[in-house]
Amino acid sequence: MNNPTLRRIALALAAPALAVIVAVVVSSIVLIISGSNPIDAYHDMFTNALKLETSIDILNRATPFYISGVAAAIGFRMNLFNIGVEGQYLLAAFFASVVGGAVNLPPVLHVTLVLLVAMAVGASWSGLAGVLKVTRGVNEVISTIMLNFIATGGIIAGLIVVWQDNTGQVNSGTTPLPKSGRMPDLNSWVEVFTRDIGKGRHLTGVLLLAIAVGVAYHLFINRSRMGYEFRASGYNPFAARAGGIAPKKMVLSAMVLSGAIAGLVGMVEVLSDNYRYDQSFVRGLGFQGIAVALLGRNKPAGIAVAALLFGFLDASRGPLQASGSASTEIVVIMQATILLAAVVAYEVVSRARQKNEASTAAALLAGSQS
Amino acid sequence: MANAIELIGITKRFPGVIANDNVNLAVEKGEIHAVCGENGAGKSTLMKILYGMQPPDEGRILVNDEVVTLASPSDAIDLGIGMVHQHFMLADQLTVMENVILGSEPMKHGLIDFDGARTHLKAVAESYGLSIDPDDLVESLEVGERQRVEIIKVLYRGAEVLILDEPTAVLVPQEVEELFNNMRDLKAGGASIIFIDHKLDEVLEIADTITVIRQGPTVATVKPGDVTAHELAELMVGSELPSPQTTASTVTDEVTLEVEDLTVLDVDDRAVVDYVSLKVRRGEILGIAGVEGNGQTELINAITGTEPQASGTLTLLGVDITHADVGTRREAGLAYVPMDRHQEGLLLEAPLWENTALGHHTRPPFAKGIWFDRDGARQRTEEIRRDFDVRTPNVEVPAHALSGGNQQKLIIGKEMSSDPKLLIAAHPTRGIDVGAQAAVWQDIRDARAKGLATLLISADLDELIGLSDTIVVMLRGRLVATLDPATITPRDLGAYMTGVAVAQEAS
Repeated sequence: MNNPTLRRIALALAAPALAVIVAVVVSSIVLIISGSNPIDAYHDMFTNALKLETSIDILNRATPFYISGVAAAIGFRMNLFNIGVEGQYLLAAFFASVVGGAVNLPPVLHVTLVLLVAMAVGASWSGLAGVLKVTRGVNEVISTIMLNFIATGGIIAGLIVVWQDNTGQVNSGTTPLPKSGRMPDLNSWVEVFTRDIGKGRHLTGVLLLAIAVGVAYHLFINRSRMGYEFRASGYNPFAARAGGIAPKKMVLSAMVLSGAIAGLVGMVEVLSDNYRYDQSFVRGLGFQGIAVALLGRNKPAGIAVAALLFGFLDASRGPLQASGSASTEIVVIMQATILLAAVVAYEVVSRARQKNEASTAAALLAGSQS
Repeated sequence: MANAIELIGITKRFPGVIANDNVNLAVEKGEIHAVCGENGAGKSTLMKILYGMQPPDEGRILVNDEVVTLASPSDAIDLGIGMVHQHFMLADQLTVMENVILGSEPMKHGLIDFDGARTHLKAVAESYGLSIDPDDLVESLEVGERQRVEIIKVLYRGAEVLILDEPTAVLVPQEVEELFNNMRDLKAGGASIIFIDHKLDEVLEIADTITVIRQGPTVATVKPGDVTAHELAELMVGSELPSPQTTASTVTDEVTLEVEDLTVLDVDDRAVVDYVSLKVRRGEILGIAGVEGNGQTELINAITGTEPQASGTLTLLGVDITHADVGTRREAGLAYVPMDRHQEGLLLEAPLWENTALGHHTRPPFAKGIWFDRDGARQRTEEIRRDFDVRTPNVEVPAHALSGGNQQKLIIGKEMSSDPKLLIAAHPTRGIDVGAQAAVWQDIRDARAKGLATLLISADLDELIGLSDTIVVMLRGRLVATLDPATITPRDLGAYMTGVAVAQEAS
């Protein structure tokens, strides 16, 4: 390992690999204690994942994880902890469903309108936390958590009764989106390469949106001037301020952008699954996003890998339950241990890397001078 | 008389810096012992060692003539050593008594024994002649009174040796008088006091013994009666011949920066910069001399725009920039070499080419429309690496991998290559080796010849005298003297900085 490039790559891969190994070890111990055979459980998980239908399921689950991860990552890059992705996406999905169900527009326009409403609602809700921070110094962790409660327990709970669709459904919710407001699935695209997808599975069209979000996030954070300002503020807010980057403007734009992306998290359900907001609308994606962003080191590609991993684990619940090889809680335990181990492993590896960089620089200099 | 504290041969090294170099310090029982020296001289490190916050690399600590090992501040407290920090550590919403007992609450039947605490507190306060109401809320107290609470807090824990870290820095003159009276009472009560200060008029007034530290080693231990203020100033700041030689004047009549009646207030609404007016002309280097903590930091923060000002106007090249934000000032031609390169100058984890962009990222070669020009940034960084001799294997390494001197050369390089009109340089050569120092001086002088106006703040008097065209002295937030570097000696300059020369003129 004398080649510095090789060593750098090895270091970059070391952390996630280490985290997964630790998670597997810990989960195996838990499985043995609870009287299950870990080999059987992992075998079931992997054979299941290789099925076409499960792959579709994994992608469908990973899509909102990814968008939510990017939303959280935008804040993290600036050391802003937007814990409010949860409330932002639920509120956004609710208003987007209401608007989407109330209008009739040509297909592309209809979907665009729903997306714009969702982004606007998410951006304003997190922007509120941003305004509170820059004008009153309110910590964004506290304000976004409180805004989560106001969004779900206050606004949505209050308005869903007023705007619910009473056409005989048991589960009260908003009026379903008409055909024009639905995103077509991508089954035909996949079936070009594979056999027909069975079991009524549909690959969500929102996957394309998630990919677009990832590309846009990469271009913004790594290539644009404003992205540079974000990263500089995250590296060192004092140096950024001395360099003419206005801290308040950065905080506000980071919150607004993070919220706008957060608004898209619920779109898989609204545009391609349930087509409305009801009492059983999927929850917890905001908090999953934080985990995914942490695991993916806030990098566009890293978040994608983390989202797929979490999607895979989530999709394993069904087969584990069906085969009875392990209790489904093992999935949550694995997600938690991966995350915990990853945080520790990243820190260990980053210290090793800093040492490595400093000594490499010194060695190269010594070499060039002699 | 017996020594309460004795430090023998204390040496403390940090990576690349020797903070204390074979320091000796002996404090007799019942004396007030002043430790003087410029910032960076190693006073704070020494006090941290004595208070058990850092272990020395070499040397011995004796308390009451016995060798001790201090592994933590609680060891020091057990031995009767207490420290009053420069920045108070009090809870505003609690009363004086609650603050005093915080962390060592006396318990009785599982509850806090407030009556016992009150009696003990009053006894301590009276025996040392310190008056305070134990039931006052700390938030209602003046700065001087808060300091008294901190002192009582230390005494309450049985301290007989008090370390006061720059106690006068936060006080107004009347409060300083009060503090000195308290210190005399403490001494009468049998306590020994070590206090850090660099205002020599104050030191001469209160201290029984004075130890001077300069850049590591102890320079001298003297009695106030045996030295004049001038000699003490000379000991503190050193008086070697200036090494950066001034070249022919390039000062013009065109005013680049004009500061008028600038006032900056601190959190307690005290003027830390007090009606300061100055002009820096094209091709001029204006040096600001002053012991740290006399308003220089606030002055440059107000000029760069990172901290708000209370009143006054700033004009850059004839344009009023009083209300402009940092970015606008940067684009108008302001360059800034911050006093702490790690805190304000660099993105340590980011590659060098991202560092050079900072502060200039809105203009070519770093910007291309809304995009950040990575190739342009890399190329500019390569140029800086070549022109300013930044020793680095390539421009992709993160800034933390460079040595201090090379980091500083990178900062100077990135600021100079942006074609600035005004340079604010704060301690541009602090903590870097001699070779890099000479390079930085040459860079500033070259830029001056091309018409750059420079505001130079430095603790290095040789640097100030050698580079500046004019020197102004800043003391307690005011500009108190304007001096000609061609005729001033470091010794006289030190006298002005420490308030000795001004005090003499006044009396």
